[in-house]
Amino acid sequence: MCGDCGCSPGLVQGYQGHNHLSHPPADQPDQQDQTRPNLDVSETSLRHLEIKANLLGQNDRLAAQNRLLFRQQGWLVLNILSAPGSGKTALIERLSQNRSNRWQIGVIVGDLATDNDAKRLDNAGATAIQITTGTACHLEASMVSKALSQLPAAPWDLLVIENVGNLVCPSAFDLGEQMRVVVMSVTEGEDKPQKYPTMFKSAQVVIINKTDIAEAVEWQRDRAIANLQQIAPQATIFEVSARTGAGMEDWYAYLDRCIQDLRLQLHPPKNSQLLQIGGLPSN
Amino acid sequence: MAMHEVSLMQTTLDLALAHATQQGAQHIHWIKLRVGELSGVIPEALTLAFEIVIVGTIAADAQLEVETVPVICYCSTCQQDFQPDDWVYRCPTCNQFTTDLRQGRDLELTAMEVS
Repeated sequence: MCGDCGCSPGLVQGYQGHNHLSHPPADQPDQQDQTRPNLDVSETSLRHLEIKANLLGQNDRLAAQNRLLFRQQGWLVLNILSAPGSGKTALIERLSQNRSNRWQIGVIVGDLATDNDAKRLDNAGATAIQITTGTACHLEASMVSKALSQLPAAPWDLLVIENVGNLVCPSAFDLGEQMRVVVMSVTEGEDKPQKYPTMFKSAQVVIINKTDIAEAVEWQRDRAIANLQQIAPQATIFEVSARTGAGMEDWYAYLDRCIQDLRLQLHPPKNSQLLQIGGLPSN
Repeated sequence: MAMHEVSLMQTTLDLALAHATQQGAQHIHWIKLRVGELSGVIPEALTLAFEIVIVGTIAADAQLEVETVPVICYCSTCQQDFQPDDWVYRCPTCNQFTTDLRQGRDLELTAMEVS
């Protein structure tokens, strides 16, 4: 029991005391009932409320709506995340320029300001919608659903969401994507996964970019891969250079398998209800 | 400074205000959150953001208590829970990595005190 006022903070587990702001000053005793000097009106009306509210609940609900829509439409949706400058836009540019896979690619690009990235991607052959987040350091599911209304209707094979360059904040916000792709480049150091474990642990795919300059920056590949396998054992790893195109074929082949899996799930061949289809990460 | 903690605290406050209004309360004195180690939220940044968003509301004098929720993993081979020592989630019995989390991503408003 609180020695100053008789309230019972001990009812609340882990409660380390309160600020007594609702107490009257000691020189102004309760004037309503002098026989109960230790209890003022506001204290007696103090109520403890037990609540269980998920702070990301609203985002999670909207993300679930997005996910349902993506699935109904048969789009493979990627959420691409990295620190600023790791090469997210260059990777999507390279993907869009590749004509051999004949994919229809829609892109939603998040950035604090400017639509430079959307212009770059348009030039590369993708259909890109820019979300300018202003001060927000991450994309939220609501921003994606709003951007979807601006995206021209098309039978997208791939919808790529390029998140704001940031390895901290976006990790908590589900956008409804089927695949979370975290990009790190060889210039960022082999211990990037250890520095941002929350992000790397949420990745289905990790792409190591800028391998064309790995030697110049003395990139220790084995150490980096070992770090990734410790922090993000769930992730499939690709090593590429978006600039030269090296390693991109493996990444395309993986995407192609995921697109095929998604189509099979949506339109299973007749008489094959028992067919087990794997490969596409479940969310 | 762009911080997602600010938008999360705004969400927290909106939830708290809604509950307080529903209860006919005039003041919010204390708010308690559960924040998982793997929630991507920094408790210090939350506290700072809290001071910003409560200004001018019925929670202006409220105290914030943040309960940190440790990561608990599950090893499917050994069929046991374990608390990892660091960011490498490796079963202490069989030494295998796991990605199966029992808790640690929590981000919840759990209790408040109003009058």
